[in-house]
Amino acid sequence: MTPLRRQRFILVGLLVLGVSIALGLALLALRENINLFFSPTQVKAGEAPQQASFRLGGMVVEGSVQRPDADLSVEFVLTDTVEQVTVTYKGFLPDLFREGQGIVAQGMLNSNGIFEAKQVLAKHDENYMPPEVADALKKAKEMGLK
Amino acid sequence: MIAELGLLALIIAFCTAVVLGIVPLYGSTQRHSICIAVARPAAWVQLVFVSIAYGCLTYAFLDNDFSVSYVAHNSNSKLPLLYKISGVWGAHEGSLLLWVLILSGWTGAVTIFSRTVPEEMIAKVLGILGLVSTGFLSFILFTSNPFARQFPPVTEGRDLNPLLQDPGLAIHPPMLYLGYVGFSVVFAFAIAALITGRLDMAWARWSRPWTTTAWSFLTVGIALGSWWAYYELGWGGWWFWDPVENASFMPWLMGTALIHSLAATEKRGVFKAWTVLLAVFAFSLSLLGTFLVRSGVLTSVHAFASDPERGLFILIFLIIVVGGSLTLYAWRAPGIRSVPGFNPVSREGALLINNVLLVTTTATVLLGTLYPLFIDALGLGKISVGPPYFNTIFIPLTVPLVIAMGFGALCRWKKDTFARLRADLSILLLASLVAGGIWPLAMNHYSFAAASAGTLGCWAVFTAVRGLWIRATPGRRWRGLVQTPRSYWGMTLAHSGIGIFVIGVAFTTIYSMEKDLSMAPGDRISVGRYEYQFDGVQNLPGPNYVAQTGTVIVSRDGRTMARLSPQRRRYLVQQMPMTEAGIQAGFWGDFYVSLGERLDDSGRWAVRVHYKAFIRWIWLGALLMAAGGLLAASDRRYRTVVRLPTREPAPQTAPDLTG
Repeated sequence: MTPLRRQRFILVGLLVLGVSIALGLALLALRENINLFFSPTQVKAGEAPQQASFRLGGMVVEGSVQRPDADLSVEFVLTDTVEQVTVTYKGFLPDLFREGQGIVAQGMLNSNGIFEAKQVLAKHDENYMPPEVADALKKAKEMGLK
Repeated sequence: MIAELGLLALIIAFCTAVVLGIVPLYGSTQRHSICIAVARPAAWVQLVFVSIAYGCLTYAFLDNDFSVSYVAHNSNSKLPLLYKISGVWGAHEGSLLLWVLILSGWTGAVTIFSRTVPEEMIAKVLGILGLVSTGFLSFILFTSNPFARQFPPVTEGRDLNPLLQDPGLAIHPPMLYLGYVGFSVVFAFAIAALITGRLDMAWARWSRPWTTTAWSFLTVGIALGSWWAYYELGWGGWWFWDPVENASFMPWLMGTALIHSLAATEKRGVFKAWTVLLAVFAFSLSLLGTFLVRSGVLTSVHAFASDPERGLFILIFLIIVVGGSLTLYAWRAPGIRSVPGFNPVSREGALLINNVLLVTTTATVLLGTLYPLFIDALGLGKISVGPPYFNTIFIPLTVPLVIAMGFGALCRWKKDTFARLRADLSILLLASLVAGGIWPLAMNHYSFAAASAGTLGCWAVFTAVRGLWIRATPGRRWRGLVQTPRSYWGMTLAHSGIGIFVIGVAFTTIYSMEKDLSMAPGDRISVGRYEYQFDGVQNLPGPNYVAQTGTVIVSRDGRTMARLSPQRRRYLVQQMPMTEAGIQAGFWGDFYVSLGERLDDSGRWAVRVHYKAFIRWIWLGALLMAAGGLLAASDRRYRTVVRLPTREPAPQTAPDLTG
């Protein structure tokens, strides 16, 4: 092989190797780390997984935030205006978490149908509504009209 | 009046950009010297008028002119001066104006610092920058006019988003934009070279300092963003793999690949076609980043109120830029001739590994970032891709990158052998293994992950310093170091920065301690060897907020180490709560406390107590990289007139490219 050919050969070989390794890793990682999003209506309809982690989004119902003990555990209700799901969480709530605000929680459903959140996200702009939550609210509204 | 003046200046700037985008490009293809001569003055006129527009908007902020809608939405008469100045880029319209100002600034800089580049080439480069500028100016004028008045005028503004009222975040966007927009210069050089067909070593030499400078600013910008995310509660820590963070990280990765590919092209004349492609990609990813941030198509913790119509505009612009460049590339690429031949064991070989790994990493980050968008577009549901995905792919791809980096920096160009390198490399490897292996013994528990990361980090630093040491041959060490060009010093600094960054990331992850708990005044909690005592909360007024300030004393064996004052602020106008962490920074670790909410009436608070080991090393590493980049870009040889060495074909007479 001429040096040029050999160089091209190595180049192509490395590229193919790199890309296939990366693609394999990426697909494997993607399969394990995708978080599906569900609205309270979908959860009540039984569409959400029982054993796996997912994201739940909605508005925090006014007056629903409760702290049963003087520790960091908190309980609140999320709604998409049609259905409601109770969420429990232990830890720090984001600055913009408050009643009436749209939030997204990551966690799992327990056997009582209560969502045990591992992470609670709120957005740093009070006009902002997470797109999924906005979408879920819209869908719930359409269902309500039918 | 001032606002109308600003709008007028913006319109004049737009017209100038159109002229700059058409006339010099026409002139350089027709060899029309007057048209070519238009380029430099037009670039300056554009800069002057964009500056006037920008100055007018700043004046409107300082003057509390709340009849201007943008000022009314983003300022307030009680806003401190610094944030009135930084408030100009605090929201969409103004940040685009800053973007265009920086673009005009880069364009102006090209006219000054490119005395060595032929006029025809400069005319093309400025022309392409003019076209980019035309795109962005029309975006501002047609969709996001910052000077729009509102009727009836209001007497008080709605205040700047409290989140942006922070010194770190005030300078974060300009730095980031200096980087993002800076890639437009190397993009313009690449397109100009494709048009003329002169993809030679001189082209690579002209492009290099611009790329490296832009990359350095981008590095600082990302580091600032990460630093800010660290001390702001609820932001996910120093890095979160959030789409908006990825939006700035992808151009950085691509820019890093580009810097290295340009080095090979300039020194050895290899990878020419590849380098051009990287230049196009780096700029396209910058535009994609703007699109992702501004359109709000992706769920992000950082997402602000956004407008899909504006997103569509950037998307169309992005398609034109990428489509146009790739079409031009497809047409010209078959004619690009790289100087053939190098041994796999050589600096070119190592740079090739660097490029393959960096581009693959960028592609996987891009995949993870855009995947939710594809799934949503296909109607398969709403998903998000979590940080574990990025960690899973990022670590296996970057570890070999750092290993190859140490090897490559010691390799010779064109042809080297393992036999020659063996002695050096084995000593360095042994030293890294020993240093990395011993290091975790000094920590509170031994971790093999920390030992591996320590070895990797030491390898990066040791190989970088060894490269410098080789240049200082015995007997004339001092002179050897003095004569070492700045670009080499820059590389050494930047590569050492990578090592320090790697150690910082690993040790922070492994050795940081964190406790979230509820504390009453007088409560104590021990975190590792340190004891944190909560002394209650007091109310303190601020200029445009009221703050509840906690006091936490950190001590070790009875000796006071730090006194922290975490705050919970409520901004008066927007009624928005903000948490300011109390941090005492240290070389080996930070004491970090933040205040959650009040839990009951007896003064119990939710308190987050941290000890963040080695966290400063992350940003120290990034700053070293940026400093190295700036040092390399200031190397003397970029400023001297390019003598045409005999081994390089003279560009005017023998174009590298036929087509």
